[in-house]
Amino acid sequence: MFSGFDFDVIQRSLPFLFKEGMTFTLTLTAMAMTGGIVFGTLLAMMRLSSYRALNVPAAMYVNLMRAVPLVLVIFWFYFLVPWMGGWIIGAKEPIQVGAFWSSVITFTMFEAAYYAEIMRAGIQSIPRGQAWAGYALGLNYWQTMGTIVLPQAFRNMLPVLLTQTIILFQDTSLVYVLSIIDFLGAAARIAQRDARLVEMYLFVAVVYFLISYTLSWLVKRLQLRIAVIR
Amino acid sequence: MNYNWNWGIFWQPAPDGTGVYLWWLVSGLGWTLSTALLAWGIALALGATVGTLRTTPLTWLVRLGNAYVELFRNVPLLVQMFLWYFVMPELLPRALGDAVKQMVPPWASFWPAVLCLGFYTSARVAEQVRAGIQSLPRGQRMAGTALGLSLPQTYRHVLLPQAFRIILPPLTSEFMNIIKNSAVALTIGLMELTARARSMQEFTFQVFEAFTAATLIYICITLIVVFGMRRLEKRVAVPGLIAAGGGPQAGH
Repeated sequence: MFSGFDFDVIQRSLPFLFKEGMTFTLTLTAMAMTGGIVFGTLLAMMRLSSYRALNVPAAMYVNLMRAVPLVLVIFWFYFLVPWMGGWIIGAKEPIQVGAFWSSVITFTMFEAAYYAEIMRAGIQSIPRGQAWAGYALGLNYWQTMGTIVLPQAFRNMLPVLLTQTIILFQDTSLVYVLSIIDFLGAAARIAQRDARLVEMYLFVAVVYFLISYTLSWLVKRLQLRIAVIR
Repeated sequence: MNYNWNWGIFWQPAPDGTGVYLWWLVSGLGWTLSTALLAWGIALALGATVGTLRTTPLTWLVRLGNAYVELFRNVPLLVQMFLWYFVMPELLPRALGDAVKQMVPPWASFWPAVLCLGFYTSARVAEQVRAGIQSLPRGQRMAGTALGLSLPQTYRHVLLPQAFRIILPPLTSEFMNIIKNSAVALTIGLMELTARARSMQEFTFQVFEAFTAATLIYICITLIVVFGMRRLEKRVAVPGLIAAGGGPQAGH
């Protein structure tokens, strides 16, 4: 079965695949994770707020993002961001947003909805008495959240947040629809140029599998180590 | 900076002569739903089997089941889609591979998409089924054995009926996921809803109308599925059990 395989094409293209492709994938993952967790936590706090003006829009945003496919969201932001940007700075024309920033914004906004649901569960898992104790000590909302509730919520939810990040890492391959050179995009270019689809796509699958599997194994170990004994 | 809104675009004839643009979206919706439903059949059948095997006392079966789940969970869906579409026909025996390659357009991307989504989601269903069975009290299995039921009988009459009723909510979200994930099939040329919106945008330059319509259709599907499943959940809920959803889960 592997007799007609050209393993050389993989070796030849390794620098391109990893230096350009994987770097893009990892940078995008890291930036979208950071942005997504920050924005997601804010969304979760809004959703748990008792002000309707805060919790209704947050719930609508989260539900909207979770109802549409990521591919459609990628298209949406790819066209929407230049118009929004132009509108914000008051330009006459839609501004130019590079493919990189467009995808960073897309994945941040999209994954934030998923991180928000995780953080909401995390915040709700903290006994109410903890927040009340904070208020009783004279701390205000931000101090109570920042020093009492959120640190515990993060700790409880860390494994789930990281698992979501592994999914995000796999999802970034969808920037393919914008013809961006991420890891998969780079492999697809080589595959089509050299007519070596089988070798390249199998190689990509193996690399993704090894990275995701290792990461999820690490998350499982972390889960055992940080589990709070109750 | 002005965007020329034109909501009448949906009633203008599409360039391929099959009707108006609205019809494009409707036929896209048809492909989305048929892909998702067929794949869901595969996912349920395979997922229930693998998930059940993972809870049996047979170690080698459990390992095999675990390997299956890890395999499909740790490779991105898009890559799996390419494997089914580009790589699979090459690895099949010559005659069969050639037959696959000669399929006519919609089916050539439809069947790989169905298989890909089915297998991909089956791993997630398997995970839910395993969690559902393991969430049952140990006594249930023991009671089955004490009554003289064989292992398959215990599963058939005691464990599975309860487990499936418990895991209905997470299965609902897997069903939603399979509908949303079918959009990935546009990369192998399936003209489903998102692909239709995208090509409508390319032909008419009415970006926001096309995507708004697609978004609204997806929201409607979500509402219908959630509403329907909630009624089903109420009907099949196990009396005396608090709805088991477990902790929050990562997903998409």
